[in-house]
Amino acid sequence: MSLRIDDHPILSFKKGKKVSFTFEGKKMEGFEGEPIAAALHAAGVRLLRHSPHKHRPRGFFCAIGRCSSCMMEVDGEVNVMTCITPLKEGMVVNRQEGHGVIKP
Amino acid sequence: MSRKTEILVVGGGPAGLSAAIVAAQLGSKVLLVDDNPNLGGQLVKQTHRFFGSSARDAGIRGFTIAEELLKQAAELKKNLTILLNTSVVGFYGDTEAGILSPERYEKVTFERVIVCTGAVENSLNFENNDLPGVYGAGAVQTLMNVHGIRPGNKILMVGSGNIGLIVSYQLMQAGVQVVGLVEAMQTIGGYLVHASKIRRLGVPIYTGHTIVSALGTDGVTGARLCRVDEKFQMVPNTQFDVECDCICLAVGLSPLIELFQQADCKMVHVGELGGLVPLHDVNMRTTNPHVYVAGDASGIEEATTAILGGRVAGARATESVRGVSDEATKVVSDAVSELRTLRSGSTGERIRWGREKIEKEIAAC
Amino acid sequence: MLINDGIITREELATVLPTDERFKKGPVAIIECLQDIPCDPCVSSCPSKAISMKTGITDRPTLDTARCIGCGLCVPRCPGLAIFVLDMTHAQRSAALSLPYEMQPVPKVGQVVRGLDRTGKPVCEAKVLKVLSAKKFDRTHVVTIEIPKDRALEVRAIRVA
Repeated sequence: MSLRIDDHPILSFKKGKKVSFTFEGKKMEGFEGEPIAAALHAAGVRLLRHSPHKHRPRGFFCAIGRCSSCMMEVDGEVNVMTCITPLKEGMVVNRQEGHGVIKP
Repeated sequence: MSRKTEILVVGGGPAGLSAAIVAAQLGSKVLLVDDNPNLGGQLVKQTHRFFGSSARDAGIRGFTIAEELLKQAAELKKNLTILLNTSVVGFYGDTEAGILSPERYEKVTFERVIVCTGAVENSLNFENNDLPGVYGAGAVQTLMNVHGIRPGNKILMVGSGNIGLIVSYQLMQAGVQVVGLVEAMQTIGGYLVHASKIRRLGVPIYTGHTIVSALGTDGVTGARLCRVDEKFQMVPNTQFDVECDCICLAVGLSPLIELFQQADCKMVHVGELGGLVPLHDVNMRTTNPHVYVAGDASGIEEATTAILGGRVAGARATESVRGVSDEATKVVSDAVSELRTLRSGSTGERIRWGREKIEKEIAAC
Repeated sequence: MLINDGIITREELATVLPTDERFKKGPVAIIECLQDIPCDPCVSSCPSKAISMKTGITDRPTLDTARCIGCGLCVPRCPGLAIFVLDMTHAQRSAALSLPYEMQPVPKVGQVVRGLDRTGKPVCEAKVLKVLSAKKFDRTHVVTIEIPKDRALEVRAIRVA
């Protein structure tokens, strides 16, 4: 079952236009402006990175940019908090392995 | 780059919005700063009807109350400037703050600041609590009620306070199956009508239980629960597993208080209010006379008490700059009387104990 | 007990249940609100002024069953969704129960749904007699179902297929 809610008894959801982005080289779709982590979640992806020392799978936790569990590499930049970063057309999103590499 | 204002309000949730609205209505020049792209804080996610007095907002859905506040704020453009996507990153001296937006860093000079930074979700210690699929209750509400995305198909809720009970109901409204609700205490923590609402929809409430571990390798596939006694010790041989793809933690909030510490406000630890809070008086003023507090940052409670506390802070902060006024006095006395009513009854006991501790500390100051 | 598992016991329910005599006269509200939470929208929702709170909003609501005409306007107003209207005079062997409903899908008149007891267990079939969805009810529907009389004190929710 799709994780996107079509029919809600109380709320209606306004979505921006559909955009495509890539995740780990795979083409995916989401809505412009929704957080990257939300678009991934709706597409069934919840493993967002691996922890630095024990390589543990991590997803998001707080969804308001406070816990840093959701950090991923977006368009080449690491430590992007994907739960509060809005999705744009053509974004290249990858899992962050450990601390990632900060380009000089 | 720098700005000047009379009253700086940090945080645009129900407390900050209400403080900014009252201060602007009373004639102050107000700058309201929020680090989100939208105002309203957690209030915009509340789809349920609020309790309290029908003279205020009882019976009205949380997000409708938020819409009302936003409308009021929009009508005060002359006195009220709002900056979104902007964080207050520090206090310098008694009347200066640094604010950071995606475009620039600025200094703001103010006469008074009202800090309404809200709270952060608590986590819970259990094996594999870092697996993808373990989410805070606020995160689940954000996904569901803001972005229209289910957090999973089968969810286990941990915590039977009002947030755990309400979010379980909201999950069912979003078409998610709630496989159970786990509560370590022997009794249900939140309002019993909320509990009855989810029980009659088939959700078991496991009081006197805790979660031992999350199951799964790359993400949650289940949870291991077991019984606990009145001293929260695990009862041997009572473990059992439940199938779920998401575990929601509704195990309390802690006030966000870094800015108060930067401003040298005296802090006090009050368990009933969620942890460390800035010491404050009935005027919502901290031990730093320039700094006021309202909302969950002053003690974990509810949106209605956040609104009322914000109104008191907005009125008193304005009076301390512009002088006492009848209008401000009325705002405060109305709010204080409503707060007293909301905190009466057996369900308000813990909050009353917590508030008494604050009063004792202030008296000793 | 209510505080351990969210289920009202017979003894707890007895404190708010109208008398058999009153049930024989027609539809009447049952306010299953047993805690002194600060809350009062039910009071102002009643056009017959049958609901009162003597000292303040933390009082448990008191229903004057003689004044209550079973109109059901209180049902969608209660934030706790704790008010029901029961008509034991509906038919010889069945009663009509009105309850608040905020899920999807919304049932249609004539549809047969499952009647659930307070633990969520389906205990009977229930034909939908009425569905009220007024704008002022703010997305809480009031659904009236026909249930066997001997289930009238148990059924408090429905499952729509």
